[in-house]
Amino acid sequence: MIAPLVLGIETSCDETGIGIVRGTTLLANVIASSMQEHARYGGVVPEVAARAHLEALTPTLREALDRAGVVLGDIDAVAVTSGPGLAGALMVGVGAAKALALALDKPLYAVNHLVGHVGADVLDERPLDLPTIALLVSGGHTSLLLVRDLVSDVELLGETIDDAAGEAFDKVARLLGLPYPGGPEIDRAAVGGDPAAICFPRGLSLPKDMEKHRYDFSFSGLKTAVARWVERERDAGHELPLADVAASFREAVADVLLTKALAACRDLDVPRLLLGGGVVANARVRELAAQRCAAAGVELRIPPLALCTDNGAMIAALGAQLVMAGRVPSGLGFGADSTLPVTTIQA
Amino acid sequence: MLLAIDTSAGTSVAIVDRDAGVIAEHSSPDTRGHAELIGTFIQACLDDWGGVVTSLSGVVSGMGPGPFTGLRVGIAAARAFAFGAGKIVVPVVSHDAVAFGAEGPVLVVTDARRHELFWSTYSGSDAAGLPVRTSGPNLAKAAELEHDVRGYGGYRLLDGGLVSAASLGLVAELQYAHGRPFAADQPLYLRSPDVTLSAGPKRVTS
Ligand SMILES: [Zn+2]
Repeated sequence: MIAPLVLGIETSCDETGIGIVRGTTLLANVIASSMQEHARYGGVVPEVAARAHLEALTPTLREALDRAGVVLGDIDAVAVTSGPGLAGALMVGVGAAKALALALDKPLYAVNHLVGHVGADVLDERPLDLPTIALLVSGGHTSLLLVRDLVSDVELLGETIDDAAGEAFDKVARLLGLPYPGGPEIDRAAVGGDPAAICFPRGLSLPKDMEKHRYDFSFSGLKTAVARWVERERDAGHELPLADVAASFREAVADVLLTKALAACRDLDVPRLLLGGGVVANARVRELAAQRCAAAGVELRIPPLALCTDNGAMIAALGAQLVMAGRVPSGLGFGADSTLPVTTIQA
Repeated sequence: MLLAIDTSAGTSVAIVDRDAGVIAEHSSPDTRGHAELIGTFIQACLDDWGGVVTSLSGVVSGMGPGPFTGLRVGIAAARAFAFGAGKIVVPVVSHDAVAFGAEGPVLVVTDARRHELFWSTYSGSDAAGLPVRTSGPNLAKAAELEHDVRGYGGYRLLDGGLVSAASLGLVAELQYAHGRPFAADQPLYLRSPDVTLSAGPKRVTS
């Protein structure tokens, strides 16, 4: 039997992503980003993102079909992100996906964005080994998952209780006078800096926090600590050691992310860790992940960057998994759910 | 034969034909739930009609004005359906559907939230039966509507709280039949994204 050709639509944040897969084979992954429109605001503005999705939708669909070398009539199913994410942005994708599926008379699968990040890994030549711990870090989410089965068994171990890690990068970049998006700017500024120069706090890592929030994250205290440190230096008339501040901040984020992820691998006896989300683009996060995983005997998987940031191919890939598992389509009544829990893999 | 979609107020989907008139229409005045309802309504209209999508001539999209989040659902659906079916998108100003068929000068008003209103004025219908828009769509503070609409007292007020996709579709059919231009294929937001540029990071130490 030939594997199903699935078109995926992703609009949960600021990337309009259309992906096309055949089974576990990637055919197209086209992304239109409104990131530059958000730059002057220093963060994603939901209304700006939603307006951009509406305009990018049809051109991105057309380009994805061209790249994949398929025509609409070939599509076997449509998949769409129904949550979690920005409600107004999600609704553009949901409205479009329902109409497209009806126009094509094809089944529609509403899927979970976070599980989609995990699903991206099935597009690798080597199939995903399960169970795995998954650490999904972006400007919109910071979540630690235990994935026993991609289509039927995903558990949320922990998540951020305030800012997402990507947001912390943006906010700290801003207070250091660096442009948006903060991740690559902090990476650049950190070159040659000493990551041990300043010991910034590791959120929710004290013994009392670890009891209640073992796998949860918090980055707002870290951001405040950096702000306080920078103000003190400036008030004292010292020149800011930008490279040291950037490297030390980045180290604090990477350290806490990987300490908690590897604790989960150890506690749950799962020797596999999958990374996903835009923060994976950060060089130090990848480097520290490789070191820590090697030391702990944990297999590390990082999909190619274009499949780590928000994209439609991961949604198509998860949709194809659902089709191949014989799941019933989602029907037409689902909505956009900005807080869709990871346990709801298919809405 | 046209499929028409409007989510500028509630959710409304219809299939209309210039000769046969309204073939199917499904609507809800619910000002939320656009994303939930849109697919079911399109499906219901296609079922009522029983035709094949290839025999449609186009997909009519109500371009607003209306609250943005809901408005976009219908435009996204219209564009995606048209793309999927290989048909053209026919953009129509949603207020035109409300004024369609009304006699005499009318003022169409839609809630724009935050104590503001979207409004348009029409002098009546032309020989083709199409509403003649004389101003708008515009945005006004609710308290200043009387002041903003010139000759306010001379208009009959029409509430745009539910825009009928059937009327929207019939407007499009008439516009096409009489060689009139369609609206621009741009959502009528009439308001900038709600963003305030901050003055820079605030101090955290005193
Ligand atoms: Zn994401």
